[in-house]
Amino acid sequence: MKFASLVKNRKALIGLILFGITVLVALFPGLFASSQPNVIGTYAPKLGFSTAHLLGTTSYGQDIYTQLVFGARQVLVIALAAGAFATVLSVLIGITAAYMGGLVDEFLSLITNVVLILPTFPLMIILARYAGTSNWVMIIVLVATGWSYGANQMRAQALSLRNRDFLEAARVRGERRAYIILFEMMPTMTSLIVANFLGSALYSVLAASGLQFIGLGNTSQDSWGTMLYWANSAEALQSGVAMWIIAPGLAIAVLSAAFALMNYAFDEIGNPALRPVRRKDLRKARKAAAQSALDEEKGAADVYADAA
Amino acid sequence: MRFVVRRLSMFLFTLWAAMTLNFFIPRFMPGNPLQALEARTRAKLSPAALESILSSFGYKPNAGLVPQYFTYLKDMVTGQWGQSIGLSLGQPVRDIVFQSLPWTLGLIGLTTVIAFLLGNVAGIVAGWRRGGTLDSWLPSTLVVTANLPYYWIGMLLILVFATTLNWLPADFNYDPSILPGFSPGFIGSVAQHAVLPAFTLLITSIGGWILTMRNNMITTVAEDYVRMARAKGLSDRKIMFNYAARNAMLPNISGFAMSLGFVLSGSVLVEYVFNYPGLGYQLLNAVDNNDYPLMQVLFMLYTVSVLVALLAADFFMAWLDPRAREKG
Repeated sequence: MKFASLVKNRKALIGLILFGITVLVALFPGLFASSQPNVIGTYAPKLGFSTAHLLGTTSYGQDIYTQLVFGARQVLVIALAAGAFATVLSVLIGITAAYMGGLVDEFLSLITNVVLILPTFPLMIILARYAGTSNWVMIIVLVATGWSYGANQMRAQALSLRNRDFLEAARVRGERRAYIILFEMMPTMTSLIVANFLGSALYSVLAASGLQFIGLGNTSQDSWGTMLYWANSAEALQSGVAMWIIAPGLAIAVLSAAFALMNYAFDEIGNPALRPVRRKDLRKARKAAAQSALDEEKGAADVYADAA
Repeated sequence: MRFVVRRLSMFLFTLWAAMTLNFFIPRFMPGNPLQALEARTRAKLSPAALESILSSFGYKPNAGLVPQYFTYLKDMVTGQWGQSIGLSLGQPVRDIVFQSLPWTLGLIGLTTVIAFLLGNVAGIVAGWRRGGTLDSWLPSTLVVTANLPYYWIGMLLILVFATTLNWLPADFNYDPSILPGFSPGFIGSVAQHAVLPAFTLLITSIGGWILTMRNNMITTVAEDYVRMARAKGLSDRKIMFNYAARNAMLPNISGFAMSLGFVLSGSVLVEYVFNYPGLGYQLLNAVDNNDYPLMQVLFMLYTVSVLVALLAADFFMAWLDPRAREKG
């Protein structure tokens, strides 16, 4: 898995650019907007678009564009942290189950399958409702409900590796179990792990924003889901400030599209059959086929020369 | 036989785990039904009076957790679901559930089936015509639409078709001025109210089906039995549906079962955005008001529906595909 192949894939490139922009905005919001996204009554309420207020203002007189810029950080932190922790947990549980086998495997697989089947979103609602609204709670809720799918995939992949020769060699060398798992097995699973991370980050963006949208996030902190919550409770659609709903939703959509595109591109790179067929390539292939048919008439020797 | 026993024990264990979680999570967390009721009545009644109201509906905060837990398990299984202690105080939970269930099943169940059917057909065609116009732009678009925040799509549809154009209603399940019954007016009103939420779900859920089906088709089309069918000189349509699609569908069946299982619980936010009084909407009410009895029953139903769907899919697959039987 090379970086170059990521950039060559058009989906991956678009995803990477969208992700990069979000990271930039999240790191340096001050560069893109003046501060004070949240103070009520900073400006007149429900202003339309203007150079002073690119996206207008909310019913409470806050600048929508500024809120949008300052809201990027929280979503991104939650997505990356929850994605990373969930992936670590899936890797640990999946590989341990596969490598240890026997009773340990039975037990871990049972837990994984139970968590997989539990109705996730209702469970999240109940957890988030009762555990408070800090970012950490949100991350823990997302990790607790989101690791199982990845763990199953890791287990399956690790099982297929278990009896390979290079692992046998490591065992014969007398390496410790932890060494074999960390330094022999994990590197061969890098692409699955990265894909998994992207998948859980994507899931976290959507789930966290959904929870914030129904008021289960920290409602005093800037984030896109919370913007939607305030907009919805102020009936933004009916009172003519539609941009208050369009803008944060679009931002969530863009960030999740970034993760989804990178994730899908990873699939394509791993499985070349899925890659889009380019017109140019098709023509080239047809030309080559026609050429080789001609060559065959001329004699087999020329074909070999061509190939060389 | 071993296969059946294994699946059934898994079923029971998961059900027990879900019910246990759902009993302990709310009870170990801050906030209780009494406080919620106090907030709702704006402290007009004394706490003692409120407590006696709640306990007359079966709320016993002072009983030990362990006996409470065992009566809870027994009551859940025997269908004695008790009375709501939340928004609809005193109403039997069973009534609330049976009032909301048809709406969720009708709206979300039907939409799930339609999305599956349409998505698969589109996926078969897209995978078969590899490199065609449809196939070249479709995947990128679908990757994006399949991961849109669906509640936001719902709000956009409301903005366009309800608030701006005024073509369709934006909330509730039917026009309350019409008497429910088998009259054309009532059925029309129900259908009208279902259009926007149904499209919200279709837009976001169809992409996943098309993509997986397309990808399965691409792998299947390269198989030897498809080449064999071609060599026999069968028509394209016959190869596409009877040879390739039939096999490409197999992995989708358990996915379809899973999404059928999640019909009851998966679309809480759509019901929230459209104020559609289904089971998801009731869950949010229950959680908001610490309505333990309602919450418990809903959560159990959600879990049972997923489990039943998966179990059915497992047996169906075992019947369909001998390789699945072997794995156990």
